[in-house]
Amino acid sequence: MSNIIEVEHLTKTFGDFVAVKDVSFSVEEGGIFAFLGPNGAGKSTTIKMLTTLLHPTSGTIRINGHDPVADSDLVRRSFGIVFQDPSLDEDLTALENLELHGALYSVPAATLTSRIDELLALVELADRRDDFVRDFSGGMKRRLEIARGLLHHPKVIFLDEPTLGLDPQTRNHLWSYVQKLNTDEGITVFFTTHYMEEAERVARRIAVIDHGTIVAQGTSEELKQQTGAPTLEDAFLALTGSAIRDEAGSSTDRMRRMHSMHSGGRR
Amino acid sequence: MLISNGMKAIYIMWLREVKRFIRSKSRIVGSLGQPILFLVALGYGLGPVFAKAGQGNYLEFIAPGIIGMSIIFSAIFNGMQVIWDRQFGFLKETMVAPVSRLAIMFGRTIGGATVASAQGVLVLAIAIAAGFRPVSWIGIAPALVIMLLIALLFSALGIAVASLLKDMQGFQLIMNFLVMPLFFLSGALFPLNNVPAALLMVARFDPLSYGVDALRYFLIGTHTFSLTLDVSVLIGVTAVLLALGSYFFSRIEV
Repeated sequence: MSNIIEVEHLTKTFGDFVAVKDVSFSVEEGGIFAFLGPNGAGKSTTIKMLTTLLHPTSGTIRINGHDPVADSDLVRRSFGIVFQDPSLDEDLTALENLELHGALYSVPAATLTSRIDELLALVELADRRDDFVRDFSGGMKRRLEIARGLLHHPKVIFLDEPTLGLDPQTRNHLWSYVQKLNTDEGITVFFTTHYMEEAERVARRIAVIDHGTIVAQGTSEELKQQTGAPTLEDAFLALTGSAIRDEAGSSTDRMRRMHSMHSGGRR
Repeated sequence: MLISNGMKAIYIMWLREVKRFIRSKSRIVGSLGQPILFLVALGYGLGPVFAKAGQGNYLEFIAPGIIGMSIIFSAIFNGMQVIWDRQFGFLKETMVAPVSRLAIMFGRTIGGATVASAQGVLVLAIAIAAGFRPVSWIGIAPALVIMLLIALLFSALGIAVASLLKDMQGFQLIMNFLVMPLFFLSGALFPLNNVPAALLMVARFDPLSYGVDALRYFLIGTHTFSLTLDVSVLIGVTAVLLALGSYFFSRIEV
């Protein structure tokens, strides 16, 4: 199996601050890969570089054989993403959100219709297709975003903390959709999470990043053996230390607080 | 292929703004409250004073200004949504999509301008219902064009400013120190013929002054500046703001 994501010696500096330092890893096509790390470790920065939102300072990235800097559109067609914060248009219906995505990715009309039906059925939202997203719960929005991210048949799906704040039933369903797509269609899954039990259960390969560098890579078993820990969570704590990482409240955090004020605390 | 992709993106962003507007009945009605208040309170309240000063019908005088007000508030508000959208909304999705940011920005600007102009038309209708009579009904067509120009200018301004802000805290500042002064100092509410030189100077730097002046020219037949100057300033400033807006928008980091 070839590697669908290849990262070599990736570095990103912001002025004097080195956010990502000489990071290298690869993700096999059809794999399920967990990218773990404490707050401020460089996870989001790395993902932004993979998803064409940031330019690396140095190093190379290849997604589906393309360079996100030189061939950003080709890379964008190769992946779908579900962001940590919902990025749906609340004033439109579920169906309209999906159609909008189809238009942005130039999905041919016939394919679009059947694909929409397929995906809405998969995430169990078929009966809500004409409802406004504003009326959806956090879990429903997440499910819709997964359907949307896969609409254009990407090779890779990026999931940034996909189950944050969701109830166990929804979490369970979410992973079952993702795993089904991985098995049936061979879609590569790249996700981040703070829920170590999920990473342990679902991921086939894991990389742990801390202070901008990869501190461990391998299967869940390998990481546990390496640290002599019984669970992935303990292995993670062994690798990254148990001190709390305080992050300065960023403008993103302020916005999130405002958002939860306005939408009643539900994501 | 690239060009048609861009055009399609502009169209769907435009359509999205229009759909959102048509569906938000409460927001439309809510946003008409202030213009109605201004028209009624000032038009009928200060009307007699204005007439006594020999200046004519105040309701007629301020109607173009109030139309301008509703347009700029709507356009700026729409543009400021970009701040919100980029973290929680649809904008983020467009940033990773294989479409040019420029197309997204243009579609958004034109969509916002369409919506703002529609608000302006609604206020015009209300003004007519309140007793305003344009000097000639033929003047309405070019007046609509001017309304669209004003809407485009302020839509681009809103997006340009929003592209530079990181959270909604700047919004209050912008409303109070940019939008309100632009409105109040534009001659929307008082004639610029007899004001102190300093005030006239400030009004000359305000693009809305020229917009309101052109609206007055077509709707009630009076003007302070020449029509040519009005239209040139509107087009020129809009072009600059579109360029600036595109630049700032393209540099947004999500």
